[in-house]
Amino acid sequence: MDIIITGLFLGGTYALIAMGLNLQYGVARIMNLANGEMLVVGAFTAFALYSGAAVSPFLTIFIVAPVAYLLNWLIYRIMLRPLVTRAKSRGMLEQDAILTTFGLSFVMVGLMIWVFGGDYFSYSYLARPVVLFGDNYGLNRLSAFIGAVILCTALYIWLNHSRAGMAIRAVAVSPKSARLVGIDVPKLSARAFALGGAVTAVGGAVISTFLTLDASTGVLFTMKALIIVIMGGVGDVRGTIVAALVLGVGETLVASLIDPGLTLATAYALFILILLFRPQGLFGRKSA
Amino acid sequence: MKRRTFFRASTALAAMTLAGAAFAADPIVVGAVAPKTGPLAGGAAVTHWPNIQLWVSEVNARGGLNVGGEQRMLEVIEYDDQTNPAETIKAVTRLAQQDNADIILSPYSTGLSLAAAPIFDRLGIPQITSSAATDQIDELAGQFPNLFFLLGRSAEIAGGAVEAMAKMRDAGEIGNRVALVNVADAFGIELVSAGKPALEAAGFEIVYETSYPLGTQDLSPIMKAAKDAEPDAFVAFSYPGDTFGLTEQAMIEGLDVGVFYTGVGTAFPSFAGRFGAAAEGIMGIGGVNASSETFLDYAARLEAETGSQPDYWASGQMYASLQILEAAIEATGTLDMAEVTQYIKDNSFETVMGTITFDDQNSSTGYWTAGQWQDGVFKGVASFGGLDGVVEPFVKAGWE
Amino acid sequence: MRRKDWQTLGFAALLLLVAALLPLTGDGYLISLGVSIAMYTVLATSWALFSGPTHYISLATAAFFGVGSYVTGSWIEIIPYWALLPIAAVAGGVLAALVGLATLRLSGVYFVIFSLGLAEMIRQVVTWYQNQTGHKGTYVLTDMTDSGIYWQLLGLAGLVYLAGWAIGRSRLGFALRIIGEDEDVARHVGINTALSKVALFVVSGAVAAVVGAIIAPRYVYIEPAIAFAPMLSFQVVIMALLGGTGRLWGPLVGVVPFTLLWEVISASFPNQTTLLLGLSFLVIVYLLPGGFVGLYDRLRARRALRGVPA
Repeated sequence: MDIIITGLFLGGTYALIAMGLNLQYGVARIMNLANGEMLVVGAFTAFALYSGAAVSPFLTIFIVAPVAYLLNWLIYRIMLRPLVTRAKSRGMLEQDAILTTFGLSFVMVGLMIWVFGGDYFSYSYLARPVVLFGDNYGLNRLSAFIGAVILCTALYIWLNHSRAGMAIRAVAVSPKSARLVGIDVPKLSARAFALGGAVTAVGGAVISTFLTLDASTGVLFTMKALIIVIMGGVGDVRGTIVAALVLGVGETLVASLIDPGLTLATAYALFILILLFRPQGLFGRKSA
Repeated sequence: MKRRTFFRASTALAAMTLAGAAFAADPIVVGAVAPKTGPLAGGAAVTHWPNIQLWVSEVNARGGLNVGGEQRMLEVIEYDDQTNPAETIKAVTRLAQQDNADIILSPYSTGLSLAAAPIFDRLGIPQITSSAATDQIDELAGQFPNLFFLLGRSAEIAGGAVEAMAKMRDAGEIGNRVALVNVADAFGIELVSAGKPALEAAGFEIVYETSYPLGTQDLSPIMKAAKDAEPDAFVAFSYPGDTFGLTEQAMIEGLDVGVFYTGVGTAFPSFAGRFGAAAEGIMGIGGVNASSETFLDYAARLEAETGSQPDYWASGQMYASLQILEAAIEATGTLDMAEVTQYIKDNSFETVMGTITFDDQNSSTGYWTAGQWQDGVFKGVASFGGLDGVVEPFVKAGWE
Repeated sequence: MRRKDWQTLGFAALLLLVAALLPLTGDGYLISLGVSIAMYTVLATSWALFSGPTHYISLATAAFFGVGSYVTGSWIEIIPYWALLPIAAVAGGVLAALVGLATLRLSGVYFVIFSLGLAEMIRQVVTWYQNQTGHKGTYVLTDMTDSGIYWQLLGLAGLVYLAGWAIGRSRLGFALRIIGEDEDVARHVGINTALSKVALFVVSGAVAAVVGAIIAPRYVYIEPAIAFAPMLSFQVVIMALLGGTGRLWGPLVGVVPFTLLWEVISASFPNQTTLLLGLSFLVIVYLLPGGFVGLYDRLRARRALRGVPA
């Protein structure tokens, strides 16, 4: 039981890490290698506000979200839009996007070091035990899990039941057909990218309550997020959630029952198994 | 375009005017290579860079180094090696050959220091490492006669923890059962492979043992399993990120142990900053002589100059390495590195970490191996070579 | 072979010979720069051998490089150094074959991500294994000099160019070009697409492993975090793409300016290295699509249009 709960909590964390990338990659077609850095920016902000002004990280997200939204919208408009226009094929866009966002991740790490320095930053927030089914769990992890649930549910409902959300999903499925039915694809892509960035930064603020980070750690999160998004199926919120939970529970199972030294190997083994049997991801569509 | 950090505070100018003769002399070019980015940047930002800044500004405020009767100011060239040994090698070579550096400081960490060791060796520059812990000192000393070790052998470091624990066990304060975990990286593996036999030899029973990969995000399965084994002591040879993570998980799980020991990062000031009162009684790698006025004075100066507090392990050693260089240069009155190296081998040095001498393998004869947070200071509880100021470890009482 | 081919070969051999004279300057700084350039040239060229025609972006260089370093690091005490290089090649090749067979049937993007994670995964398995066996740090204490390493890398570069040149003229090269144009067409005309891709991936993996094995003595102390540093994979991709993957000499003209630019930036702006590298990176992507080869081809095309003999 405690393995399942611990695994679910970890899965919730992973969902927070990967959800934003799913929007960016699935809808805006940008494989954003600077995603982890955006997460660290969110975490930095939460840290700075908490240690400077004792603002709760769960309040910080209301500042982080709009700022990150705007920032990512600008990034898309200024830096990525020209690539989308220039690309002759999906493959070429992918290549350009990888190079650009990798450069961008360097720039962001550089800026963070300039502004905050390279030191570790960590603070203690809600590091209190809560008892569930007779076992102790960190309150901060529980809160992060609840945060992930709220965020994912909200996104899911919004994407499936609002006009704007449906349009975004249409773009994810097929940009060409979306254009035919009168959807402004470039505008929506920019919005989806911005929204993805905001979600990632919020995730960063939330997980900073229990992880110790420094300016250079972003790439670790990017890799995890990529695996989860691909595993779940690009452009599908449900897929990302399920993949995150599968990964979280799988890693915890291995860590508890076999050897914590093999968690990452498990993650990749899961990844490749899923892709061998379902190359389009758990929830992906064949055509996508 | 060279960006040379030239510490010219107004106090330095005033001191120079007093020194008079200093005006004519060329500055001494000091080369420094260490990570400013990459995985080890976090550690270097605490332990390495602030000390260089402090040393240079203090020496220059005094009017510079006295080299054979001539007062010469210090001028620093800093390079970021991005935690990449190829860059370290390139940067050290660049310092020697393009920048004509008079002094080159050892890079940061075991791996990066050793990557640069052949170059230091070829150039005949003394390389005083303050952040390299290894078990191969014998072999390395044979290959690189200019390489000095301040941090000591990993076997001694692990042994220090065991020694402190055995003391408490023999006094009947804790039981025999130990949970032993380590980060599966070169450093953690080296420590655990020295620490495990030492624990067994001391009569401890290892009731839980595991390793976890660097960068593990959720350490709670480990802490839960450790708790289920009902240990009397918890020992983790860990890196900063997981040191913080394990400690937090132990608080959450309410791990009831008399000894809680974690690795690198325990001695960081931010550790006490994060865990506050709960840090009290936690043991870890390193330690200082907390009753030493010299150390306390150094800590205060470092914070005043750089805004960053020293960690209670390698920071002081880093500053000590600079003091040793300084003393050797002033005593020999030359920048001839062969003479300086010989002087370092032959003499003992008064530093912020106490008196330091090197054995015939250029390893420091006295260093701290284990410490414990006591009243907000990380005090040394075990040392190699019988240092002054060892305090008695006490049993950790709860997490509040 | 035609006369022109002989000329090309002769010219390349001459260039290599001139490059081999560098250590005679005795300038350690130049030599260490030379080692960097030679290392990245080999890595980027062998990377482009596979990724150029197939358009699969492999981020697995660090994994092969690390495996090679560990071959040297683990056995330098018991096996003579020269025997280690072929062992490293085999190790890298086998690993590439396994990974290739498992993932090269997937579409491009899955391959990218898996290859990115490969280094991380192998690093973890290596550390896990070391931990199980109570392994101490891996030290490579030799009397190898930078010049020796440089010459070995140059020799390897010669081999890689020869291999690339031969592949370009073989059935395999032809098959790969068709795959790159349109994989479906390739399949219809009876090309075993998976096998062709795996074959080239093996070549590029083996070469990267040998580079790792050659470099290991230079690092003295091998630790997983350094041997498998993911940065290396990206650097190789960037340099190769900057040069352009369409031609065999493409990566070389990317490596040289990039290494020098990197050098200037890290020497002049030690506190903003990462930031400036990122920026220069962006500039390259925006101003030089297709790399220098693309630029060269465009210029040639323009001249041809104007009727100037190219």
